[in-house]
Amino acid sequence: MLLTPEEWTAVRLSLQVAFWATLWSLPPAILIGWVLARFEFPGKGIFDGIVHLPLVLPKVVVGYLLLIVLGNRGYLGQYLHEWFGISLIFSTAGATVAAAVVSFPLTVNAIRLAIGGIDKGIETAARTLGASKLDAFFSVTLPLMMPGVLSGCLISLASALGEFGATITFVSNVEGQTRTIPLAIYSATHMPDGDAMALRLTVVSVVLALGSLMLAEMADKRIRVALGQI
Amino acid sequence: MIEIDVSLARSTGFHLKANLRAPETGVTALFGRSGCGKTTVIQLVAGSLTPDSGHIRVGDTVFYDRQAGINLPMEQRAVGYVFQDARLFPHMTIENNLRYGERRTRRPRTIQFDAVVEMLGVGHLLKRRPHTLSGGEKQRIAIGRALLSQPRLLLMDEPLASLDEMRKGEILPYLERLRDELNLPILYVSHSIEEVLRLADAVAALSDGKVIACGPLSDVLSRPELLPVIGRFDIGTILDCTVTAHDPDLGLSTVSFADGELRVPLVGRPVGAPARARIRSRDVSLSLSRPMDVSVTNRISGTISAITRAEGPFSEVELALSAGRLSSLVTQESVLRLGLEPGMQVWAMIKAVTVDSRPAGFHSPGAEFVSPPASRPARPAAHPPQDPPALRVISGGSPPKGQT
Repeated sequence: MLLTPEEWTAVRLSLQVAFWATLWSLPPAILIGWVLARFEFPGKGIFDGIVHLPLVLPKVVVGYLLLIVLGNRGYLGQYLHEWFGISLIFSTAGATVAAAVVSFPLTVNAIRLAIGGIDKGIETAARTLGASKLDAFFSVTLPLMMPGVLSGCLISLASALGEFGATITFVSNVEGQTRTIPLAIYSATHMPDGDAMALRLTVVSVVLALGSLMLAEMADKRIRVALGQI
Repeated sequence: MIEIDVSLARSTGFHLKANLRAPETGVTALFGRSGCGKTTVIQLVAGSLTPDSGHIRVGDTVFYDRQAGINLPMEQRAVGYVFQDARLFPHMTIENNLRYGERRTRRPRTIQFDAVVEMLGVGHLLKRRPHTLSGGEKQRIAIGRALLSQPRLLLMDEPLASLDEMRKGEILPYLERLRDELNLPILYVSHSIEEVLRLADAVAALSDGKVIACGPLSDVLSRPELLPVIGRFDIGTILDCTVTAHDPDLGLSTVSFADGELRVPLVGRPVGAPARARIRSRDVSLSLSRPMDVSVTNRISGTISAITRAEGPFSEVELALSAGRLSSLVTQESVLRLGLEPGMQVWAMIKAVTVDSRPAGFHSPGAEFVSPPASRPARPAAHPPQDPPALRVISGGSPPKGQT
């Protein structure tokens, strides 16, 4: 099935946004997932709540909050704009930020669950063998939580590919910049002859979703073999 | 000296108040029933738990001191911790598991990789993954991994508890080699008196979060206040002996102790080596006259020092030998029939002796009721093979003069 150049742009943009959103949110998600799974500290409940806020807030609200904070006249955005000349609105970078923020709590949760499933005693064993906390994390915990990291990545990719509300509110619907597949389908349904385009992009969405699920399945199996779990 | 004096209140309501001193050589067993706090003590020493107050010292290194504000991080304590569940790293090969601590140690590498692999017999496993190993093999790797981290102290938390009898038998000889070949103090947690008797030099008995007795094995285990901890287990008498002769033809060895000699199944130690003999009370029967025409080889005379009613139909009879003591379990009926009472001279017939070979140079600091075996001259030629063992009479004590 052939796509029009406009549709190809939307597909490429979607993949690009989802990939970078996942990659950038992964390290902080691992860190926060670890902290939430392994440490007790005052204010943990509030911290946990803030991390999960994008999950429970309407996506449009998340987008609007991003606009207030990171928009060209936002609390942080004005400095980004003045000092570094970075403008997130109407840009692919902005769409990536929106996708990352929305998918972040899902990634954190997947990783947190994976860490929770690792026997804490195995980290203690590493510590008694001379590994510092950080050393034990990188040499034992991190490799053992790879299945969780993988499923976190998959959830993050899927959620970023489907992101709509926060993106359209924060960075609008600009072709070639922020018009990802969901936004393109939305636009198509507003055009008099857009049905065929919407359908084609829907098929692409289904193929992408199935493809990434199968890829993740294969990767999961390989990781578990490497970890000696199968 | 390993000094532990700590208290810890847990949220579960369990309160630990442990005060014990263990020698910096040999195996010290932390012994007691489940839930008495043995493992907690080990965790406090390892640093995976922090006490509320007190101090923990190993040699001249302070692990923890509340008053001085010292709490050495786990990774700097250099304790080798062998867990009940092996806790191997599943994503690493066996070799990398073994080398994990070796690569990170800050201490001189005196325990060599090849030596440990040889000692534990795990050379054929190095390229494999933990999940392909049996429980016994995993535990051996866990021991090797702890040893290679070059610890100043080895902590073993019921390393045999999760294994079946077969596997236990597989590991025990390695633990004995470990004890005998490495000059490394070991704190060994166990609720199995058999393991303690086989491995330990000193014992700290715990009950309800408190150390109720602490000292050399033969000393501690003969204390009556330990009965609630040990339960109905028949400890009997533990004698520190010296191997004096071997008789391969008859499959027997002779070991001597302060009050005489015992003929025992062949001991795998050279003549002159120390050995520990254990005689269960139920394996000692009593006779008023000198037993002549009986099959029992080991006989010794002594004076009854005490008779206590034991469980069921039994009574425990304590014999004072010329230097030590011996305990015997007979029925109350026999006590009445023979008219046994304190002060009487009787002959004890010892039906079975188990001997645990001790390392050469082993020193039991407080073997109080038996003189140190090392001070006794070895007499390898004392019992030539032609000596008929069935007629052996053990010297020591004086023959009974009949009923008084």
